[in-house]
Amino acid sequence: MARVLLNVPPRAQRGEIVEIKTLIAHPMETGYRLDNTGGSIPRDIISLFVCTYNGEEIFRAELFPAIAANPFLAFFTTATESGEIVFTWTNDHGQTQTETRPITVE
Amino acid sequence: MKLLLAGVVSLIATATCAAEITPEARRSGYDFAAAATRAMQDDDTANPGMLWVLQGETLWGTKAGAAEQSCADCHGDARSSMKGVAARYPAFDLALARPLDLEQRINQCRTAHQRAEALVWESADLSALTAFVAHQSRGLPIAARSDPELGPAIDLGRSLFQRREGQLNLSCSQCHDDNWGKRLAGNVIPQGHPTGFPLYRLEWQSLGSLQRRLRNCMNGVRAEPFEYGAPKAVALELFLMERARGMPIETPAVRP
Amino acid sequence: MAEAIRALVAEAPLFHGRVKLELPSIVENGNTVPLTVSVDSPMTEADHVASIHLFNQKNPQPVIAAFYFGPRAGKARVSTRVRLADSQRLVAVAKLNDGSFWSDSADVIVTLAACTEQ
Repeated sequence: MARVLLNVPPRAQRGEIVEIKTLIAHPMETGYRLDNTGGSIPRDIISLFVCTYNGEEIFRAELFPAIAANPFLAFFTTATESGEIVFTWTNDHGQTQTETRPITVE
Repeated sequence: MKLLLAGVVSLIATATCAAEITPEARRSGYDFAAAATRAMQDDDTANPGMLWVLQGETLWGTKAGAAEQSCADCHGDARSSMKGVAARYPAFDLALARPLDLEQRINQCRTAHQRAEALVWESADLSALTAFVAHQSRGLPIAARSDPELGPAIDLGRSLFQRREGQLNLSCSQCHDDNWGKRLAGNVIPQGHPTGFPLYRLEWQSLGSLQRRLRNCMNGVRAEPFEYGAPKAVALELFLMERARGMPIETPAVRP
Repeated sequence: MAEAIRALVAEAPLFHGRVKLELPSIVENGNTVPLTVSVDSPMTEADHVASIHLFNQKNPQPVIAAFYFGPRAGKARVSTRVRLADSQRLVAVAKLNDGSFWSDSADVIVTLAACTEQ
């Protein structure tokens, strides 16, 4: 499980537009680098990021090798009701990592 | 005649010292970084270095070695026990009769007390633990080295800082004492203070130690870099910390 | 890069405007470049940004990322960090829910760091 840094405001007013920040530890190996013997280091990147809010998708990102290592994504959503924000990262090989954060909307 | 000679000698000595940055003129590498880089450091939720600090926090509580001990078992809550530690490292180790930097001290604990294998330089785990420990000193001023035992190593560090080296035949001092603030390629030359180590270097896209950064500098002037953990490397680290005394720790910093 | 943009836009007109691509004109280090792209849009059910696509000129691949939004987003604004191999032009194309395309571009200067691993 890669380290993640997630920033979801724990509380928000109904209708307030809030910023969500996400950071995950990952080398985002481009596939273009060569190792010491001259062989190419295989590509290994996170290619998809999906964020849902109480089950509804609020943001999606398709990532390519040009995204820097330890991918950072900051985006916005409207705080509509209390519940769960779920983050899922998927790599080239289809492996996923999921994290959840609560949000309280008053 | 003797008076004149003494005057000339003191002038030469002063000329060498004039290159040193006065305490009031000292500024952290943070001040020379671009606004976007500074913003990355300022926000704990967006600072990639914090990923290693988080990892270090987990390792702090993980049992290791034949002794089945975690750092926490002896040191308790790092927030209190490790506060101020990074600010006074490298420190003199009486048993080994030489200065040790923070990475070496952590490995000392691992091998001697946890009876575990030493962590490899620049490995994820060592970087994480060092970042976590150093982070507990964030905001605190780097301590002046008051231990007289450190004198010879500080002198060695200073002489290494001031001597020309490499195919480009440049000394650290020529860039970082004499030409700080001027540009070198796309970056502004900083004064070279180790206030934020281990730090996230944009060039590495990873967190790394001061020794890793110094090796990069030495590659930059086409000199043979010191081996990790070499006495000269630690002496240079030690001198740099003494040179930066009073400046606040920023770990984990973000730098280009 | 032009081909990749054409693959997205096809025969539709590509307007310049409403999109703002923010990144430094001289990047501090090409390996990690923070950027923000935003679109002037009310983000309502009737009028919102469906997606933003980021392209570059000189990296091995022309597409950097694609971001997908809905009316719940509140703001069509994303920040991320990218790698740029060389001084080049970046283009951001936004697709609105009515099928129209808007864009912005930025030219950046990328230099090598002075002191590197090798």
